[in-house]
Amino acid sequence: MAYTIEGNTGPWEIVVGLEVHAQVISKAKLFSGAATDFGAPPNSQVSFVDAAFPGMLPVLNQECVAQAVRTGLGLNAQINLTSRFDRKNYFYADLPSGYQISQFEHPIVGTGVVEIELADGSTRQIGVTRLHLEQDAGKSLHDQSPTKTYVDLNRSGVGLMEIVSEPDIRSPEEAGAYLRKLRSILRYLGTCDGNMEEGSMRADVNVSVRKSGEPYRTRCEVKNVNSIRFVMQAVEVEAIRQIEVWESGGEVRQETRLFDSARGETRSMRSKEDAHDYRYFPDPDLLPLVLEQSWVDGLRAALPELPDTKRARYITDYGLSAYDATTIVDEQNRAYFFEGLIKQGVPAKIAANSVLGAISARLKSENLDFEKASPNKLNEISGVSISVLLGFKEQKISWQVANTIIQTTSVCSTEDAMREIAANEQITDTSAIDAAVDAIMAANPDKVAEYRSGKDKLFGFFVGQVMKAMAGKGNPALVNAAIKAKLG
Amino acid sequence: MSLDPAAVRRIAKLARIRVDDAELPVLAGELNSILGWIEQLNEVNIDGVAPLAGAPGMTQALRADVVNDGGYPERVLANAPDREGDFFTVPKVVE
Amino acid sequence: MISDFTLASARAALRQRDISALELTNHFLTAIDTLNPVLNAFITVTPDLARAQATAADAALARGEHGPLTGIPLAIKDLFCTAGVRTTAASRILEPFVPPYESTVSANLLRDGAIFLGKANLDEFAMGSSNATSAFGPVINPWTRAGDNRQLVPGGSSGGSAAAVAARLALGATATDTGGSIRQPASFCGIAGIKPTYGRCSRWGVVAFASSLDQAGPIARTVEDCAILLGSMAGHDPKDSTSANIAVPDFAAACRRGVKGLRIGVPREYRSDDMPAEIETMWQQGLSWLRDAGAEIVDVSLPHTKYGLATYYIVAPAEASSNLARYDGVRYGARTDGADLIELYENTRADGFGAEVKRRIMIGTYVLSAGYYDAYYIRAQKVRSLILKDFTDVFAKVDALLTPTAPSAAFGLGERMEDPLKMYFNDVFTVPANMAGIPGMSVPAGLDANGLPLGLQVLGKPFDEETVFAVAQAIETAAQFTTQPSIRAKG
Repeated sequence: MAYTIEGNTGPWEIVVGLEVHAQVISKAKLFSGAATDFGAPPNSQVSFVDAAFPGMLPVLNQECVAQAVRTGLGLNAQINLTSRFDRKNYFYADLPSGYQISQFEHPIVGTGVVEIELADGSTRQIGVTRLHLEQDAGKSLHDQSPTKTYVDLNRSGVGLMEIVSEPDIRSPEEAGAYLRKLRSILRYLGTCDGNMEEGSMRADVNVSVRKSGEPYRTRCEVKNVNSIRFVMQAVEVEAIRQIEVWESGGEVRQETRLFDSARGETRSMRSKEDAHDYRYFPDPDLLPLVLEQSWVDGLRAALPELPDTKRARYITDYGLSAYDATTIVDEQNRAYFFEGLIKQGVPAKIAANSVLGAISARLKSENLDFEKASPNKLNEISGVSISVLLGFKEQKISWQVANTIIQTTSVCSTEDAMREIAANEQITDTSAIDAAVDAIMAANPDKVAEYRSGKDKLFGFFVGQVMKAMAGKGNPALVNAAIKAKLG
Repeated sequence: MSLDPAAVRRIAKLARIRVDDAELPVLAGELNSILGWIEQLNEVNIDGVAPLAGAPGMTQALRADVVNDGGYPERVLANAPDREGDFFTVPKVVE
Repeated sequence: MISDFTLASARAALRQRDISALELTNHFLTAIDTLNPVLNAFITVTPDLARAQATAADAALARGEHGPLTGIPLAIKDLFCTAGVRTTAASRILEPFVPPYESTVSANLLRDGAIFLGKANLDEFAMGSSNATSAFGPVINPWTRAGDNRQLVPGGSSGGSAAAVAARLALGATATDTGGSIRQPASFCGIAGIKPTYGRCSRWGVVAFASSLDQAGPIARTVEDCAILLGSMAGHDPKDSTSANIAVPDFAAACRRGVKGLRIGVPREYRSDDMPAEIETMWQQGLSWLRDAGAEIVDVSLPHTKYGLATYYIVAPAEASSNLARYDGVRYGARTDGADLIELYENTRADGFGAEVKRRIMIGTYVLSAGYYDAYYIRAQKVRSLILKDFTDVFAKVDALLTPTAPSAAFGLGERMEDPLKMYFNDVFTVPANMAGIPGMSVPAGLDANGLPLGLQVLGKPFDEETVFAVAQAIETAAQFTTQPSIRAKG
C-alpha cells in the first residue's frame, strides 16, 4: 500500500529525490596534489591550485576518475566514455576561485538503478539519473569570532561524486533504505567511506507532495542533511509543511531550506537576492575526458562482490533468510566478518545467528559496531568467535554458554576463549549424566511418581535440576535422553 | 539585446563589482555599444556546426594519485590581507 | 656598442668573454634608470636580483658552462608570476602580491641562465591594445612621428615588453598574446614577436586572462632572437592540462631554412577598402620579397575573418569573467573592507579593477548568463570552429600566410579611448590566429609616411613555428630594417 500523509483534504503522496555528495576516497585531491585526510590543521592540506592563486591550473587525478567509474558500475549505470568538466560560477568565502569545477552537460556516469529492501520484505528499484565528479568546497567557521568568519581550505578541491536519484522515492522509509543501500555500495567498492558525521557523505533532499494521480508539484530542496535518520525526518516534516501550505490555499515556493534537527523542522535559507545563475560553461583549463572501454572493463573485472550479489548468494548458498542476509550484507565489515567465520569452518546458519546476536551484542557493550570497530578489535572478536562457535559445533559447549563467552568483554583472544570453553565444557560422559539423573530422581521420589502418573510438565523440572546439579555443563540432548529413559 | 540600467545593476551584482548609480548609464551605453556590434555574428550560418573548445584533438591527461603538494600553510597565508592564526578571515557570514 | 647587440650577438660575445654578464646587466640597469621615467616600460625593476644572477652567470661562463641564455638580461612581462618578486598584472588589485612560485616559462628561462632586469608594464590583466589601461601608468612608445614629439602608444597588451626591447633597455622580453598582444606591440615598436601555437608554452604561473586563447611568447629585436628565446620558453608542462606533449624543435636553425618552394597564401579578406595605402604597399612589398626568395604566392580565402573580432569579444571576456572571480581580497592582493562578505567583494573589485577590465568582466558575465549563453557564447564558439576550419582548409593548399599585423601604425596616447570598439579594431588582423590556436609572428617590414614602423604578420600551421620563422626571417633579411626609435639607450 502506498505511503501517504493524511491532510485535511485527504491523503497526499510524497515525491522525493536525493542528491548525495560522496567524498571520493583518494590520496590526493581531484585537481591538485594536496592530501585529503580529515581533521588536519587548518590550511595545511592546501596547494596554490586549491587556494586559486594567480596562474594556477587544474590537472585531473586518475584515481578519482577510476573511483567514479567503479561507483557507476556498482550502480549498474552507463559509463560515459567521453565526459567534460564545466565551471559553476558563484561567489562564496569557501570557494576560492569563484567557481566550482563540476560536470554539467556531460557527466562521467549516466542512468543506473539502486534496489532497496523494505521492512515488509518487498523490494523497489530507485532510478539513478547520473553521477558526476566535482570539487568540494572549503569550510567556513562562523563561530570562532564575533565579527569574522574563518576560512579553512583543506577540504577545497577534494573530489566529490554527486549521485542524483530519480524522484522515485515515495516515503521516509524508502529514503532511508536508499541511502543505506547507496552507502553500503560505496563502502563495498571502497570509493567513499560514507561517514555522514564527518561529512564525507551528505544528502540534499528534494521534496514535493501531490494528490494521487496528479503531475508533480513544486519541490523544495533541503540542503546538507548529515544523517540518514535526519533525512527521514526531514522528508516527513517538509512534506507536512508543504501539505499545510497547499491546504491553506497557498502555493509552495521553490526554495532551498535547511533542516534544523534540534527543532525538528526545516527553515528557509537566508534569502539570496539573485536566484543562482551559475553561468555554466566548459572549463577552458581542462580538455574532454576520454576513457578507453578496455580500461573500464578492467575496473569492472576487479570490482569486489557487491551487496546485492552477496545477499542473493547468502540466501541460495547458505539458506539464510532474506532478513538475515540483508542485515549481514548491509554493513561490509559485518559481511566480511561473517564470511571469515565460515572460512574457518563455522556452519553458515550458526555464524549468521551469532553475528546478528551475541557478536553484535558484544560490540554494542563496548560502544562499538561493525563499522566503528577497528580492524584489530574485529580480529580479536573473530578469533574468539571462531573458537567458541567451533566448540559449539563440536558440542563441547551449549549455545547458551557459547553466547555468554562471546559476550564476555574480558575474553579477548583465542587463548581466553579456549580457557573458557575448557572451563565450561559440556559433560557428555553418559555414566556421569546417568549418575546425576539417578541422584535427582532419588531426591525427588514424589515428583517421579507424579510424572509417571501423567504430569508431563514435570519433565522440565528434572531437566532443570539435573543441569543445576551438573553446573549447567550437561549436554542437553544427552541429559534429555537419560531422563526420558529413566523416567519412562 | 539592449541593457537598461537595471540589467547592468544585475550583471554587476552577479560579478560582485560595486557600481554606483551615477556610473550606470555610461556603463550601459558602453556595454550596449559592444553588444550591438557583437550582433553581427547572427549573420553567420552555424547549422550543424559543433562549438570549438580550446585545443582541438587533445584530450585530458591524467595524473597519478600521489600527495605531492600542499603542506605549507605559511606560504599559502603569506599574502593574506587578513588572517587569524592559520585561517583566512572574511566579515562574519550569517547563514 | 652594447646597445647594438642583439640577443644572439650578445650571447656570442659573452661566450667569447668579450664582455661579462655583469657589465651587460649594469649597462641595461643604467639604461632603465635613465629611460624608464620617460617610457614607463617597467613596473618593477630588480637590480639586486639581476646583479646576483649576472655574477652567477659569469661564474658559469668562466667554467665554460654555456646555457642557451646564460648572462642574457631580459624583461619579464608582469603577468608572469616570479617567485619573491612582486607581480601585479598592472592592476591595483594585485599591487601587493608577491608570488611564492615561479611560472614555468620564466623558470625555464632561469634554468637556461637568463637574467631578469624587472617586470615589464602591460595593459591591466592583459586586456588592451595600447598599454594605456595599466594601473601603473601608460607606456610610451620609443618611436615618435617625424617632426612631432607627441607621445605614442607602444601597442598592447605587452606594451612594456615591446618598448623595453625597442628602446634597448633589455635584450629580449617575455610577453603573452590573447588577441594580438605580442604581435601588435611588436609591429608598433618596430621589433619582432611571435605568438606560438596554443599549447606550445605552459600557462602555469601566468596570470590568466582567457584560458583558451592565452599564449606566452617572446618579443625581441630580431627573428633569430625570438627563435632563441622561444626555444627556452617552450616545452610540455604536466602542470598545465592544455600544454601540448610535443618536443621543442630547434627554432633558431629553422630561421636559416629559406623559403624556396614554400607556398605563401594571401587571404583576400584581410584587405579592406579603408586600409591605408601604405599598408597595402608594404604588404605587396613583402610578397614580392618572398617571391624573390623562391616562394610561390597563392591567393586564398578565409571567409569568416571579419567575424574574428566579435567572436573574440564574446569568448575572451566570458573566460575572463570567470578567471578574475578569484580576485576578491581574501587570500592575496588588495582588499577594501565591507560590512559583510558581499560588500567586501564588491568594494574590493570596484576599487581594484580598472574600467576596461570591469567592462570585459561585465560583458563576459552577461554572455554566460541564463538565457544568453546559447545566443552568445555557444554561437561564438561555433563561429570559432568555422574560423579554424577556414585555416585548416587553406593550410591544405599553402604552408604559411602573409598579412599586415595591424591596420595602422602606432597612434597617439589618449586616442581611440572614447569608444572601446575603436580600440578593439587594432586587433582585427591578429585575433583570428588566437581563435584558431595557430602560430603567428610579426616582423618589422618598413616605415609609414610619418616614419613609424609597420609590421607584417606570418601565420602558420599548428606546431609549425619552424616555417613561420623561416618566412619571417626571409622578410627580415629582405627588409633590412635598420631604423631606430628616437627614444633609446645609447652606448
